[in-house]
Amino acid sequence: MSNKQMHPLIQWIDYRLPIFSFMEHELHEYPTPKNLNYWWNFGSLAGIVLVIMLVTGIVLAMHYTAHVDYAFDSVERIMRDVNYGWLMRYIHMNGGSMFFIVVYIHMFRGLYYGSYQAPRELLWILGVFILLAMMATAFMGYVLPWGQMSFWGATVITNLFSAIPWVGDSIVTLLWGGFSVDNPTLNRFFSLHYLMPFVIVGLVFVHLWALHMHKSNNPLGIDAKTDQDCIPFHPYYTVKDMFGLGVFLIFFAYFVFFAPNFFGEPDNYIPANPLQTPPHIVPEWYFLPYYAILRAFTADFFLYSYTPIAWIMTAKLAGVISMFASILLLLLMPWLDGSKVKSSKFRPVYRMFFWIFFIDCIVLGVVGGKPPEGMWIYIGQATTTYYFIHLLIVVPIVSRLERPKTPPESISAAVTQQAEG
Amino acid sequence: MRNNMKRLMKTTIAALALFGAAAFASTPAQAAGDTPKPPKQSWSFSGMFGTFDRAAAQRGLQVYREVCSGCHSLRLVHFRQLAGIGYKEDQIKAIAAEVDVQDGPNDEGEMFERKGLPADRFPSPFENDKAAAAANNGKAPPDLSLMTKARFNGPDYLHALITGFAEAPSGVEVPDGGNYNTYFPGHIIAMAPPLADDGVEYQDGTKATVGQMAKDVTTFLSWAAEPELEERKSMGIKVLLFLIFFTGLLFAVKRKIWEDVH
Amino acid sequence: MSDTADPAGSAEFDEQTRRDFLFTTTGAVGAVGAAAAVWPFIDQMNPAADTLALASTEVDLDAIEEGQSITVVWRGKPVFIRHRSAAEIKAATEGDKVDLPDPATDASRVKQAKWLILVGVCTHLGCIPLGNKSGEARGDFGGWFCPCHGSHYDTSGRIRKGPAPLNLKVPSYEFLSDAKVKIG
Repeated sequence: MSNKQMHPLIQWIDYRLPIFSFMEHELHEYPTPKNLNYWWNFGSLAGIVLVIMLVTGIVLAMHYTAHVDYAFDSVERIMRDVNYGWLMRYIHMNGGSMFFIVVYIHMFRGLYYGSYQAPRELLWILGVFILLAMMATAFMGYVLPWGQMSFWGATVITNLFSAIPWVGDSIVTLLWGGFSVDNPTLNRFFSLHYLMPFVIVGLVFVHLWALHMHKSNNPLGIDAKTDQDCIPFHPYYTVKDMFGLGVFLIFFAYFVFFAPNFFGEPDNYIPANPLQTPPHIVPEWYFLPYYAILRAFTADFFLYSYTPIAWIMTAKLAGVISMFASILLLLLMPWLDGSKVKSSKFRPVYRMFFWIFFIDCIVLGVVGGKPPEGMWIYIGQATTTYYFIHLLIVVPIVSRLERPKTPPESISAAVTQQAEG
Repeated sequence: MRNNMKRLMKTTIAALALFGAAAFASTPAQAAGDTPKPPKQSWSFSGMFGTFDRAAAQRGLQVYREVCSGCHSLRLVHFRQLAGIGYKEDQIKAIAAEVDVQDGPNDEGEMFERKGLPADRFPSPFENDKAAAAANNGKAPPDLSLMTKARFNGPDYLHALITGFAEAPSGVEVPDGGNYNTYFPGHIIAMAPPLADDGVEYQDGTKATVGQMAKDVTTFLSWAAEPELEERKSMGIKVLLFLIFFTGLLFAVKRKIWEDVH
Repeated sequence: MSDTADPAGSAEFDEQTRRDFLFTTTGAVGAVGAAAAVWPFIDQMNPAADTLALASTEVDLDAIEEGQSITVVWRGKPVFIRHRSAAEIKAATEGDKVDLPDPATDASRVKQAKWLILVGVCTHLGCIPLGNKSGEARGDFGGWFCPCHGSHYDTSGRIRKGPAPLNLKVPSYEFLSDAKVKIG
């Protein structure tokens, strides 16, 4: 990059704080594989949704009151009296759902193309931490409107911690700041809900730093070796990301303006009543798979009496441990998957199991939304079992036993092949 | 080209599968499983271009004030917001002035009553929730400001509920203080049938059948729950049209820039 | 197409202008969209509908007897309404001729001579002057007296003596009838 081309003011600043050459290197000339498909748009989309959530959240915080007597009404005041308040609220509410849609697709992309494999293990691990931070943020955010689901969802999930042996009850009292979910709980959730997104921003920064160390993976899963394999990020991927953003915004806008309560629960439009439990307590849709795993462990599962730790293991504790394990196990993906070939494009057996796993996750989500009765209990137990079988048995074995197809020599070779073919 | 088509097909199928799952999962589990789905009504405010039928909403306000407000509060609505269903300033002042509102304390430290103003909320018929429950067989009549958003398929459900009072079928026992309703989960509702033919004399002369009153009050309550609906949908059309146009432009730009790579 | 040779690079030039046009148009449309999108985020900080609803107050004047003053709250501040007696009106008009720190005629400060409506906040440092309740000190000029730093206001609410720089502010108001005034 020629210094002669830079405006003298830019040069002056850059000499003292190299933001301009930083941006030039990391966002402009930054070499990116030329064969990325649209599944690679979801990372930048996630970043943009994070910004949208931060801005709308800060705006809402200007009008919200975090006190049990005023919270519900302050949200309704936003909806009815604050200029464009309904728009801010619906963007924030639906943005939360959009954030999880985008991030789940982003993660499945990673699972399919082996983006978690060396040297990108830390990149993947940071991503899982971002997911955990998002889940904490979303959980606390949902409590703030203080509707029936806010209150009872908070009660159910905080009560889970009582399953921890010996210290469980003390932990729950600590979390609540009292003897049930009440004003102290709401207040601290507001404080932490405002804090966590900035923690997410920090994690995203480190996530991007790790990404830039070894650059993006690509659909072929082979390393970008030569200059021929890559193109500069700007203008190619900046413009592709903007187009992807346009498509995403159409999807987002449809929900905000025409179906703003599609992802929500009607019960949350009823003010919280600690003396009346709603007939079905359901978390937001993006938590449903984990909810299904949690509830899969019913009290009459015979195995408990056989476990060596049966004297502290309860169905509740088993459910809690499995629920957290379902996410924490993802941290081990780079080591569970022992294949030398990254992309499922060249691993037909692994690819089949990927799709089965995908469907398993969808079914888990459906189960989580149903009342724990009848056939849903069995489906929930089967899909929960399969989830862990996939991660702990299928992936390690298939990845090591399957003989994958041979990936092409290089990206540019493959691209030329495709053009000619 | 064929590869792209295959990929697009797979993505579309996956997306449709997801939506199918979402739709399937989002039907709420009914308590006893035998509460019928409320029949679909046609509402002036549904669809992408829906608006509130002003005449129906105003008749609905009359039904609310003359029938429902005896037990149900509407505390999230202020009188001044009635401009949203076509009332003029002096009409709003008159409606507000018909109620007495508690204010104070005055300079003597006492609370006093005054005539309502447009800035006031609709008054509650009871002092507090416990008083409401005590006067109604132990169950406080819920506030109606958000009722159509607080129930799945709100407007259809509300209409079905108000018109769904019936004789209990043989074998079903209705406890004291309860009423049989076809669409209420569990079928036994504490509210007595609120509407009767000609129960209200409409100011515009429309015949006040139970079905008519149910439709009108549901329209009014749908407005009360979502006063921003018309602005939201009209802004939505403009936003979507802009985004579709702009995304089209972006697609052209993308293709232009990627020409030499493809 | 024409047989003549293509003059040096004009087809390429057309391509260039077409591309530039596309980029410029897209950029301009994007800028307009961005501006339209930013406006709600700014406007949400403007007073909300419930704040605006309390932006004006209507007051019944019937109950105020001659010589009496009342205080009402308007936009969070006290407003003095005084039903002036003939003597007070005379004193006010005579004050027109005096050398005033903040010159203003009495006529310019009232719409109907017998009703004086002022924002009851001292223009010095914001205390609420005394003189509205019966028995309170009215200062040397029969109007109001601010106890904080000793400003004296006359029967037209004009500053006469003391550190206050300006007369008591007259809010915008209109008479809806002889017995009702709308402030704000």
